[in-house]
Amino acid sequence: MGKTIIDKLWDQHIVHREEGKPDLLYIDLHLVHEVTSPQAFSGLRMKNRKVRRPDRTFATVDHNVPTVNRFNITDPVANNQMETLRQNCKEFGITLADINSPEQGIVHVIGPELGLTQPGMTIVCGDSHTSTHGAFGSIAFGIGTSEVEHTLATQTLWQSKPKTLKVQVDGKLGTGVLAKDVILYVLSKHGVNFGTGHIIEYCGEVIRDMTMEERMTVCNMSIEGGARAGLVSPDETTIEYLRGRKYVPSGQEFEETAEKWLALASDEDATYDKEIYIDASEIAPMVSWGTNPSQTAPVTGRVPFLNECANENERRSVESALAYMDFKEGQQISDIKIQKVFIGSCTNSRLEDLRMAAEIAKGRKVAPGVQAIVVPGSQNVKVLAEAEGLDKIFLEAGFEWRESGCSMCLSMNADIVPAGEHCASTSNRNFEGRQGAGSRTHLVSPAMAAAAAVNGYFVDVRKMESAEAVH
Amino acid sequence: MAGLTTLRGKVAGMNRVNVDTDQIIPKQFLKRTEKTGFGQYLFYDWRFLADGTPNPEFELNRPENQGASILVANDNFGCGSSREHAPWALQDYGIQVVIAPSFADIFHQNCLKNGMLPVVLKEEEVHYLLEKAKSASYELTVSVEDKTIKDAEGFQAEFPLSAYWQKMLINGWDEIELTLQMDDQIKRYEDSLI
Repeated sequence: MGKTIIDKLWDQHIVHREEGKPDLLYIDLHLVHEVTSPQAFSGLRMKNRKVRRPDRTFATVDHNVPTVNRFNITDPVANNQMETLRQNCKEFGITLADINSPEQGIVHVIGPELGLTQPGMTIVCGDSHTSTHGAFGSIAFGIGTSEVEHTLATQTLWQSKPKTLKVQVDGKLGTGVLAKDVILYVLSKHGVNFGTGHIIEYCGEVIRDMTMEERMTVCNMSIEGGARAGLVSPDETTIEYLRGRKYVPSGQEFEETAEKWLALASDEDATYDKEIYIDASEIAPMVSWGTNPSQTAPVTGRVPFLNECANENERRSVESALAYMDFKEGQQISDIKIQKVFIGSCTNSRLEDLRMAAEIAKGRKVAPGVQAIVVPGSQNVKVLAEAEGLDKIFLEAGFEWRESGCSMCLSMNADIVPAGEHCASTSNRNFEGRQGAGSRTHLVSPAMAAAAAVNGYFVDVRKMESAEAVH
Repeated sequence: MAGLTTLRGKVAGMNRVNVDTDQIIPKQFLKRTEKTGFGQYLFYDWRFLADGTPNPEFELNRPENQGASILVANDNFGCGSSREHAPWALQDYGIQVVIAPSFADIFHQNCLKNGMLPVVLKEEEVHYLLEKAKSASYELTVSVEDKTIKDAEGFQAEFPLSAYWQKMLINGWDEIELTLQMDDQIKRYEDSLI
């Protein structure tokens, strides 16, 4: 019987297996940022322990960094956290893409663009969106600070093997329907815990047709369905993306490595613990209306009525979401007015995301009363976008063009949505208060966010001129 | 870390589904570089009104829930962000055991690593406990050794806990220390990569 890529990678990384214990897994790459690491380094220092493999550890600052005046950090607590990471990297010999580095950016954007992220790896980071790196055919998952410390000290983690879950998306996506809409649709159909205890493998024609950046968007939000990891088997698209990147081998060695990577793909006859099938023709541009990512509807749809709820738990959850968002039952999505737009985050801040938003923004103006910010995922993305003139398109349309970081996805820096305001956001979580106390988040694709920015409310991007360029 | 064998404590109920870690500890409190002192910020946006006074409606502010060390919640508790600040905040506030029909994976793991016990019970058992928790005097006894939960009125339930974590919790062992003793094996694995 064939094996899934999940089984293959898991087995390859077992350092120790013993009845009655989780497996001891080797970790190939450990990504570190300023927020979830300080206590882990303190733990090492207290016990006089070293970082086992600084060469397999890479750090950056992203969560706290300002996106304007980035060298003038006015929040002393945030500044202390960044300074602490600087000291820790120096003391333990870890490479740091610091705020002044051309490689700085959101940890899940820079890993892939530097070629640190590679097929076949186990990758961890003290951040739940580490699932992003699964797009390359790696087992990548978020960990807490205790596990950050464990990885730093031992380059391993004790992990019980999760079950396998196949999510197959068949057919072709319509014009104006993007990777973000695919994963939001899956969440709207299957809820916020369909993936708990599982690693997802995304497959099917739609996933095969996707670029690497689109696959990253899909894998990124695996955790919103409860799955710690989500991945895609490597193929030619994966290989071509990685060719020539900084940390991958070059020349003949790259060709040989690429052959090994391709062999990791799931076997045709592999079986999974659970399978979900999605028909791409059913997917429309999506907009979240509630306070978890499964509370999402097509832009042509509406908020539910309470009497449509399947059970008491769902009813309570919808009721509290409607109260928080200040919506009436049955409200049309297209009637939702917005005051803020955020284009960025580890979900949607890469070059292709910015291109798609720019296609819609081009020649139009941000609606009166709306503030729209564009935050490239990394300094690299920013440079590439500027080389194409995307910054000028955004600025002419009245968007703000910022420096790279996590920014308004979780608003740990100064980029905050004021209480009561609605934000069209390309990020990954619409939890209460996520973008600021009392903020109301609507998760959308970059094209839908730009469309909302120039209209002041949600419109179906498929009905806008220039929508044909968005796919 | 101190071991956890049995715990008898007061019970607080929070009948909400999908309580995410952004609610347990909002992001503005993640900038500390220590593990301590997070309890004062636990459930901050729910627990306090805009003017900073306690919200009397919030579960943990109700008189009957004061001094609780066991929290009963609903499905998918601890979903979202991997921040370990969530269990740190619960623990610092005084919660040692969380009971729910299901937990998010990372939160579940983060609790265990801090000597806290996440208990998965059946839905009907959790609903019974949520009802009972409305009484100020309601207490439960949790035994890690027997993997059982009991009250004084005859309620008893078993919960799943792997032999590995049972042993780790009871002894309060340092997982890193145990792994470091396997250095030879890790070295052998690393050598096989070259």
